[in-house]
Amino acid sequence: MSGEPRASRRIIAPGYTFGTVTDQIASVMLTRRTPIFWYICFGVGFALLLVFLWSVAMLLAKGVGIWGIRTPVMWGFAITNFVWWIGIGHAGTLISAILLLLNQSWRNSINRFAEAMTLFAVACAGMFPLLHLGRPWLFYWLFPYPNTMSVQPNFRSPLVWDVFAVSTYATVSLLFWYVGLMPDLATLRDRTENRFARGAYGILAMGWRGSARHWSVYETASLLLAGLATPLVLSVHTVVSFDFTIAIVPGWHSTFFPPYFVAGAIYSGFAMVLALAIPLRAVYGLEGLITARHLDNSAKIMLATGLIVGYAYMLETFTAWYSGEVYEQSALWNRMTGPYAVCYWALIFCNILAPQALWFKRIRSSPALLFVSSIVVLVGMWLERYVIIVSSLAQDFLPSSWSVFQATRWDWGTYLGTIGLFLFLFFVFIRLLPMISIFEVRTLLPQAKVEEEAEG
Amino acid sequence: MIKPVYGVIAEFESPTALVNAARAAREKGFRKLDAYSPFPIEELTEALHLHKNKLPLIVLVGGIVGGLTGYLLQYYVTVIQFPINVAGRPLHSWPMYIVIAFEMTILFAAISAVLGMLALCGLPMPYHPVFNVPRFAFASRNRFFLCIVATDPLFDREETCDFLQTLGPREVSEVAP
Repeated sequence: MSGEPRASRRIIAPGYTFGTVTDQIASVMLTRRTPIFWYICFGVGFALLLVFLWSVAMLLAKGVGIWGIRTPVMWGFAITNFVWWIGIGHAGTLISAILLLLNQSWRNSINRFAEAMTLFAVACAGMFPLLHLGRPWLFYWLFPYPNTMSVQPNFRSPLVWDVFAVSTYATVSLLFWYVGLMPDLATLRDRTENRFARGAYGILAMGWRGSARHWSVYETASLLLAGLATPLVLSVHTVVSFDFTIAIVPGWHSTFFPPYFVAGAIYSGFAMVLALAIPLRAVYGLEGLITARHLDNSAKIMLATGLIVGYAYMLETFTAWYSGEVYEQSALWNRMTGPYAVCYWALIFCNILAPQALWFKRIRSSPALLFVSSIVVLVGMWLERYVIIVSSLAQDFLPSSWSVFQATRWDWGTYLGTIGLFLFLFFVFIRLLPMISIFEVRTLLPQAKVEEEAEG
Repeated sequence: MIKPVYGVIAEFESPTALVNAARAAREKGFRKLDAYSPFPIEELTEALHLHKNKLPLIVLVGGIVGGLTGYLLQYYVTVIQFPINVAGRPLHSWPMYIVIAFEMTILFAAISAVLGMLALCGLPMPYHPVFNVPRFAFASRNRFFLCIVATDPLFDREETCDFLQTLGPREVSEVAP
């Protein structure tokens, strides 16, 4: 975490001191009146969370039949949403781990809430495979444990790999996020005037006191965690894509799925980062910390990963054609012209055509337009997962078993419900914990550099 | 009556002042000292001659243990406990074990990184004498502290205070134990 080399491209606005950075970020939790915006978002999130609980209650009472999943489309919305959410989570880990290893210090002011986003997106993602189990209360059967039935999971199945990958990802994301929070929790402990808050932050901070010995171990720990999280994040979406590629369903069975899925994950994740950062910085007046440069960089990453995704679409089409395989070809042809043609062309528009606008600096420098384009990408990426899963299953080898998937209101209720769960958790986080890493932003200030004197 | 002290602490206004003070104190011969700052300062680690920590080793061991656990778990289940013969294919199908062994490596390594960090730092620590200094609350905001602990052989209440005063601090105070 070295200082910024080029002063011309400042990461944060000039004029900040250690004190003002601390006070500005801490004031969101400690002193400022909670803005109306927070109440609205929290309220919407809470209302949708209730929808989620209602949908889950209905599901537990009546079974997965209340969803639109019918043979042959047994994956439907549940797995679409799972892949979508977990992909969104990936940007948080990319920002916190990969950009840390690459010494991209601009990440310091967006990594905290991006990591929180990861955590909550993984929580939402995890809901779907669990609810899709049919008997979610037996979820522990997914893990190998000594049992009287003397059966064990099949370790040769990518679905079991997924259990390990996603639960590891959730655990490591939580640890990484918590470790990053410790020094800031100590700051809040020292700043708050509320006795209860001081106790709560104090317990969570574990007695952190900013000792140089601790910092040196701490820095090693964050580097190591970043080094571990980097291969992990790439592996998670790779394993998710194995769920598809290892099956022989036409439209799924291809070797380029892992990189294609990882790029798509980061693409949608950065869209979510922008969709969250743009309103937050405006409402909380954090434009000096999450600057135009952050938005610009995120938009560029979005554009780059979007181009990779576009390349993957082309490759998918080319491979189907070049393979000479009739099932592969008709799967793709059905995707483009069949019952899901509208979704397919909508995703091409959202993921490939619309983001080309990000080539223009004028669009990248307008927060409102960036917000719109990130929402377009989020919708596009959801459609992509939907089309991959549903259209491939709906029309596979035997035309006699073809059937079109129809989402029910419970499908929509569960999906919108997890958006509610996400918003609820995220806005609770905004209210209680610093959304920007205070100590890492301090290191970005020019004063943080130690001026070396003549003695070397 | 003389109350015992934990040490003396000096408050500085900038990271540069703290690093210079830490260097000066080391030069003077003090060894039992610690510095407190609101963010990590690389030069401080050098100035205090903090040795490389053992965390990477802990993480390496954790990772190896995790990888072995993942592999052996799958070996035990698929070969010994619950063998499934699928058209005579080998039970020890190691390529299929890679993913879970990898995930377990990362999981164990990450958990050992966090627990190892806490152990090496001696956290959680609910009480520490430096918190008795009222101004120490600013160590997590914008102030930089250098503490010389009383157990240092060169420590002398008055002299050490005077020495710290020469380093240009904002304030020097004693730390109650």
